[in-house]
Amino acid sequence: MKILVPIKRVVDYNVKVRVKSDNTDVDLSNLKMSINPFCEIAVEEAVRLKEAGVASEVVVVSVGDKACQEQIRTALALGADRGIQVDTDQKPLPLSIAKLLHKVVEQEDPSIVLLGKQTIDGDNNQTGQMLAALAGMGQGTFASELKIDGDKALVTREVDGGLVTVALSLPAVVTTDLRLNEPRYASLPNIMKAKRKPITVTTPEELGVTIESTVEVLKVESPASRSAGVMVDSVEQLIEKLKTEAKVI
Amino acid sequence: MTILVIAEHDNASLKPETHKVVAAATAIGGDIEILVAGHNCQDVAVNAATLSGVSKVLVADNQSYADQLAENIGLLVADLGKSYSHILTAASTTGKNFLPRAAALLDVNQISDVIRVESSDTFVRPFYAGNAIATVKSQDTIKVLTIRTSAFDGVTQEGSAAVVAIDNAHDAGVSSFVSGEMTESERPELGSARVIVSGGRGMQNGENFAMLEELADKLGAGVGASRAAVDAGFVPNDMQVGQTGKIVAPELYIAVGISGAIQHLAGMKDSKVIVAINKDPEAPIFQVADYGLEADLFDVIPALNEQL
Ligand SMILES: Cc1cc2nc3c(=O)[nH]c(=O)nc-3n(C[C@H](O)[C@H](O)[C@H](O)COP(=O)(O)OP(=O)(O)OC[C@H]3O[C@@H](n4cnc5c(N)ncnc54)[C@H](O)[C@@H]3O)c2cc1C
Ligand SMILES: Nc1ncnc2c1ncn2[C@@H]1O[C@H](COP(=O)(O)O)[C@@H](O)[C@H]1O
Repeated sequence: MKILVPIKRVVDYNVKVRVKSDNTDVDLSNLKMSINPFCEIAVEEAVRLKEAGVASEVVVVSVGDKACQEQIRTALALGADRGIQVDTDQKPLPLSIAKLLHKVVEQEDPSIVLLGKQTIDGDNNQTGQMLAALAGMGQGTFASELKIDGDKALVTREVDGGLVTVALSLPAVVTTDLRLNEPRYASLPNIMKAKRKPITVTTPEELGVTIESTVEVLKVESPASRSAGVMVDSVEQLIEKLKTEAKVI
Repeated sequence: MTILVIAEHDNASLKPETHKVVAAATAIGGDIEILVAGHNCQDVAVNAATLSGVSKVLVADNQSYADQLAENIGLLVADLGKSYSHILTAASTTGKNFLPRAAALLDVNQISDVIRVESSDTFVRPFYAGNAIATVKSQDTIKVLTIRTSAFDGVTQEGSAAVVAIDNAHDAGVSSFVSGEMTESERPELGSARVIVSGGRGMQNGENFAMLEELADKLGAGVGASRAAVDAGFVPNDMQVGQTGKIVAPELYIAVGISGAIQHLAGMKDSKVIVAINKDPEAPIFQVADYGLEADLFDVIPALNEQL
């Protein structure tokens, strides 16, 4: 059984981004870039399924410019077998990403596509669901547990009211939530080994997909900042302030 | 221009999120229709018909919609959605699950987490964990949007829309519901609570949350948590507030033993009044707090419980 893991290169989660002064975008120059944390969880889960003998091959794919090969290498160092870069300088919207991934799915024919539930830059939370729709597959989004049972995947999903478990026919799409697993750190030998693992490069043209952008960004602004508050010295003072100043209790 | 709003419900009652999505639809302007897809969900439809500004409620009552499976609802919404200018639902785990499927089937993009409507094609949404706010214009023929409900006030219930049953059954046949483990709580849901008391890693264990629950009950509050508190198993996942958990904006948010990581702030910094209780004066949570108390929570919370 093959698992395909789409991953994205994003600004590191520890970095607080700033908006450019011309309000066209955020400023990412010289910031630390990483593999999207939810994608890292997806890679870890796929590698664990391989280690458990459930999966036989883990393929990672990233849509982006050459720089995203760095994140593909990271995934290979975590235990993925090979990588695919879909080379583009554009920043496609989730629908185009899903169309590109759909073509890769047709070529690779995986039993499970494991994505992150959300990228921490775009915060879209769409790509997995769109891919599943295009491929006609079932989806287990926001997964905190994944079990393979014969020709079915059992996915426990983190939802607003608690947890829900669904059964999906394979092939299926699964998107990861934070509590699915805790990703490992790549060991030095594995980082060295990853350098020899293959990465193939393809293009949207080769895949037969035209990247369309139907959403135009008119401006990007900083959020309204909160005015500085006050420190109180005691519980009594806090209660007093909440009652008479803020009038919220 | 006719807008389709997909109702959020559990087959028995309509969730207040839908009132807020209708408010967003009202801001767009045009006719507003609501789709209630579920099973034995007539009461939901009757309730939805009272939302102000709604002209029609469509009810798709079918076993295949009973559990809100995204594969089936996605097909239904894509099928019906063709004849609408906008399709809106709440940015809840249910909405986030099925709406991108419908958008892909309609071959249009989705705009997630809309916090403001500028015009019928221009919307405002946060990204980068709320550290940047984008104004975007959609050229898609059908605008598909999830609405961040904490940014809208719900509409009133002075309407009397027609309720129309539609015979439109879709079953993708690729997924099924196995089981649900819903958190039972008498306290207000985080999405609609006027006051929220949240605990973080500083709480040390699940038992200590009893102190926060006592405080919450005195204030009529809901109880939330940071990711660290959920990961450590102190409390269930549906209590997580943040970029990748619930986004809340209550009148009063009390953060207890929470450091204030970017991802946590993304979920609560639009609260009207923020109180932070933390023993570390350098904790970033103090930078967004209206009232900060640098102290040990194990002294402060019992004292609050005694004095309130
Ligand atoms: C992809 C991703 C998504 C994430 N999504 C979320 C999210 O949605 N929500 C979220 O919350 N986090 C999220 N996080 C995690 C986030 O980065 C932080 O790790 C988390 O918010 C920290 O939780 P905390 O403040 O409870 O713990 P800590 O950062 O450990 O802070 C604990 C605080 O408690 C204080 N404290 C300890 N003991 C006491 C005491 N006795 N009295 C008073 N104060 C005390 C300490 O001074 C400290 O400030 C995400 C992270 C990633 C990578
Ligand atoms: N450029 C990309 N290349 C590969 N996978 C991606 C890309 N963008 C998004 N994804 C996948 O889709 C998931 C959800 O992204 P999003 O819908 O943008 O929030 C990510 O966690 C990835 O698994």
